[in-house]
Amino acid sequence: MKPTVGRRALAALAGLAVAAGLAGPVAQAETGARPIVVASKNFTESYILGEALAQLLASAGFEVEHKLGLGGTKICYDALAAGEVDVYVEYTGTIIGSIKTIDNPTRDRLTVALARDGVEMLPPLGFNNTYAIAVAAPVAAAHGLARVSDLAAWPDLRLAFSHEFIERRDGWPGLKPRYGLPQTPTGIEHALAYQAIVDGAIDATDAYSTDGELARYPLTVLEDDLGFFPAYLAVPLVRADVPVAARAAIAQIAGTLDATEMRSLNAAAIGGESIESVAARYVAQVAQTGAGTAAPARTAVRDDAWRRLAANTGRHLELVAWAIFPATLAAVLVAVAIFRIPFLSRAAVYVAGLLQTIPSIALLALLIPLTGIGVLPAVVALFLYALLPVLRNAVTALTGIDPTLRRVAVAMGLTPAQQLRHVFVPLAMPSILAGVRTAAVIGIGTATLAAFIGAGGLGDPIVTGLALNDTGLILEGAIPAAVLAVVTELAFELVERVSTPGHLRASGR
Amino acid sequence: MDDVSGQGPGPVVAFDSVGKRFPGAANGGWVLRGVDLALPPERTTAIVGPSGCGKTTLLQLVNAVHRPDEGRVRVLGEDVPTAGVERFRRRIGYAVQGAGLFPHLTIAENADLPARIARWDAAATRARRQELFELAGLPDGLEDRYPHQLSGGQQHRVGLCRALMLRPPLLLLDEPFSAIDPVTRSDIYEQFERLREHERASILLVTHDMREALRLADHLVVMGDGGIVQAGATGEVAAAPATDFVRKMLTVAA
Repeated sequence: MKPTVGRRALAALAGLAVAAGLAGPVAQAETGARPIVVASKNFTESYILGEALAQLLASAGFEVEHKLGLGGTKICYDALAAGEVDVYVEYTGTIIGSIKTIDNPTRDRLTVALARDGVEMLPPLGFNNTYAIAVAAPVAAAHGLARVSDLAAWPDLRLAFSHEFIERRDGWPGLKPRYGLPQTPTGIEHALAYQAIVDGAIDATDAYSTDGELARYPLTVLEDDLGFFPAYLAVPLVRADVPVAARAAIAQIAGTLDATEMRSLNAAAIGGESIESVAARYVAQVAQTGAGTAAPARTAVRDDAWRRLAANTGRHLELVAWAIFPATLAAVLVAVAIFRIPFLSRAAVYVAGLLQTIPSIALLALLIPLTGIGVLPAVVALFLYALLPVLRNAVTALTGIDPTLRRVAVAMGLTPAQQLRHVFVPLAMPSILAGVRTAAVIGIGTATLAAFIGAGGLGDPIVTGLALNDTGLILEGAIPAAVLAVVTELAFELVERVSTPGHLRASGR
Repeated sequence: MDDVSGQGPGPVVAFDSVGKRFPGAANGGWVLRGVDLALPPERTTAIVGPSGCGKTTLLQLVNAVHRPDEGRVRVLGEDVPTAGVERFRRRIGYAVQGAGLFPHLTIAENADLPARIARWDAAATRARRQELFELAGLPDGLEDRYPHQLSGGQQHRVGLCRALMLRPPLLLLDEPFSAIDPVTRSDIYEQFERLREHERASILLVTHDMREALRLADHLVVMGDGGIVQAGATGEVAAAPATDFVRKMLTVAA
C-alpha cells in the first residue's frame, strides 16, 4: 500500500531541494538513554500501526516519543534517515517506487540501499495494501465497470486522485499509458475522497485495499486486470542503531495482520473508536499469539481535552513568538541601516517580498534537509514570513519622514544615533507596530501548517483531523487558531492605543 | 550701526570667496560663487532673494550641513569644524518654515529637546522654556498638547523658542514666517522682536519676502543668481538700490 497523503507542492519542492543538493541530513549522535521515536504517516492505517508499535515498545519497557501523523513519505523517510525518527511503518512498493527507485528490486538490493541511510527493514506485517481504483457503486453499475480497462471507454468520468497518486510513477503516470486512459484527474486529499464519491462530486478515486471505507461505503473496487500495481507489503523501517531489544519488540508484529483484519481495524477507527483503543485491541491480540507481554499501556488515552487545547495553544504561541520577536528586531535593524539608501531600501523590501511568495508548505519542506523536522524549521519559516510586513512598514515609514523634520534634527545638533532615537524610530513606530501586528496574525495562521513537520501547535489536531476525516478534531485546532488571531488583533489594538497618540496611529492597516 | 563688512567686534559669520557646487545643477553646478559676507554681531541680517538663488544653501554652509568647494567659512570666530559638528551646531539656533515641530512630541518635549540633548537638568530646562514661552506670548497650558492641536502661529513661536533654548549666540531662520497668514504674521513679528531684544543673538534670516526683510533686518544682503547683488545697512540699501534688480524687489515690497 502506499498511502501517504502527499501534497503535490511538498513532494515537488522537496524533490527540488534534494536535486539542489541541499539534502544531507547530519546523522545525529545517539545517546543510549534517549526515547524511541515512533512516527507514522498521516492516514488512519499508519496512525494505528504507529500507535501499535508505540504500545508494544512501551510495554517492553522503553520510553516512547510519539510523532504520529508526521507527514507523507518524503518527510517520514527523511526524518528516519536523519535520525530524528527511529521507526515507522512503510510499504514495500513505496520504498521501491518512491524512496529508492530500484528497477529490478530484490530484497538484497533493497537492504543495501536502505543500509546506506542507516535504515533496516523488518519482516512484513502480512497484508498487502495495494492501490485500487474505487468507483461509486451506482456509477459502476450504470457504466458496466468491473475492471480498470473498462474506464478507457468513458472519457467523461470524473476522476479525482490523491496528490501523491497523481505524481508517483507507480500511480497515475504509469496507470494512464498502461490502460490507455483518456481522463485528466484532479487532485484531492485522500481523506476527503470517499465523502466526495458518496456525495456524487466525483466518480472514482484511488483507494487502498485495506481502507476501512471500502467496507462502509457503496463502492466498487475495479480489478487491476493488467496487473499494474506492485505489491505494497507493510514493513517496519527502523534505524539500525535502535537497541536490539526494541527491534525485537517491534518485530513481534511480523505476520500478524491480513488485509481483512487491517480493513476492520481501519473501519473501527473511521467509525469513531479512538486510535489508541483500536491499536490496543490489536496489540493484545499480538501479545496472545506471540510470547510478548503487551498490554494497552498508554494510560492517558484521552487527555483532558482542555489540557490538550492549552498545550497546543501554548506551543502555537511559542512558535509564533520565537519567530516574531527576532524577525521584528532583524527587520527594524535592517531598515534603520539601509533606509537612507534608496537602492538598498527597494532591494530589501523586494527580497523580503520574494520570501513571502514561497508557499509555506514548500518552504517547510525545503527547510527539512537544513534543519530537520520539528520546532526549528517551523520557527525559521515563520521568521522569514514575518520579515516582510515589518521591514516594508519600517522602511516605508522611515523614508517617508518629512524632510523638514530631518533637517531640523540635523541642525539642532542631534548625532545620527540621537536622530534615530528621538526622531526616526518614534515617528516610524506606529507603522512598525502595524507591521508586527500583520506579521503576528499571518504567523498564527501559518503556524498551523507547522504540524506537518512535527512542530505541534494548533495545526496538530487539524492535520490529524484531516487524516482521519474527523471534523471535530479539525475544529479543535481551527477554532482556537481563529480566536487566537482575533485576540492578537485586539491586543495590538490595545498596545497601539496605549503607546501612540491618536493623531499618529497607523490603525486600520 | 555696524557696517555689514564687519568692523568692530568682528563678524559672527564670515564668508571669504565662498563657492558651492552641486553636480548636475545649472551653471556648471555652481549654486554659489565668489560670495563674501560678514555678519555683524547682535544684529539681524536678512538674506533676500528669489527662490533658487542659493540662499538656503548659504544658510547650510553656516551650520556645516554643506561644505564649501571654494573659499572659507568662519562662524563664531572659528572655521566651521569638520569633526564634532553636532556640538558646533548646538551653538546655532535653527528655525524653519512650517515650524518643524516633531508630531510625536508634546509642545514641552519639542521645546526641551535641545536642552535634553545638551543634558541640562530638568529644572533649568523648565525655567528656560517658561521664560521663552512668556516672551513669545504663548498662553499657559500648551505644554502637554501636541503640535497639531496648536494654531499655525503658535507652532511657529514654539519653533522659535526651541531654536533659542540653549541661548545660542547665532540664530538661523530659514523662511520661518512664510507659511503664516498676514494678520497672524504681524503679531509674530512683534513677539519675535521682543525675543530678539531679550536674547541679543546674532540673527541670519533667509527670506524671499523683501517686506519682511525691511521690517525685521538691520542689514540686507540681496542675492541674485548664485551671488550677492548688494549688501548694506537696510536704510542705505532701501535709499540707494544698486541695480534695477534690487530696485524692482524694493518696488514690489512697497
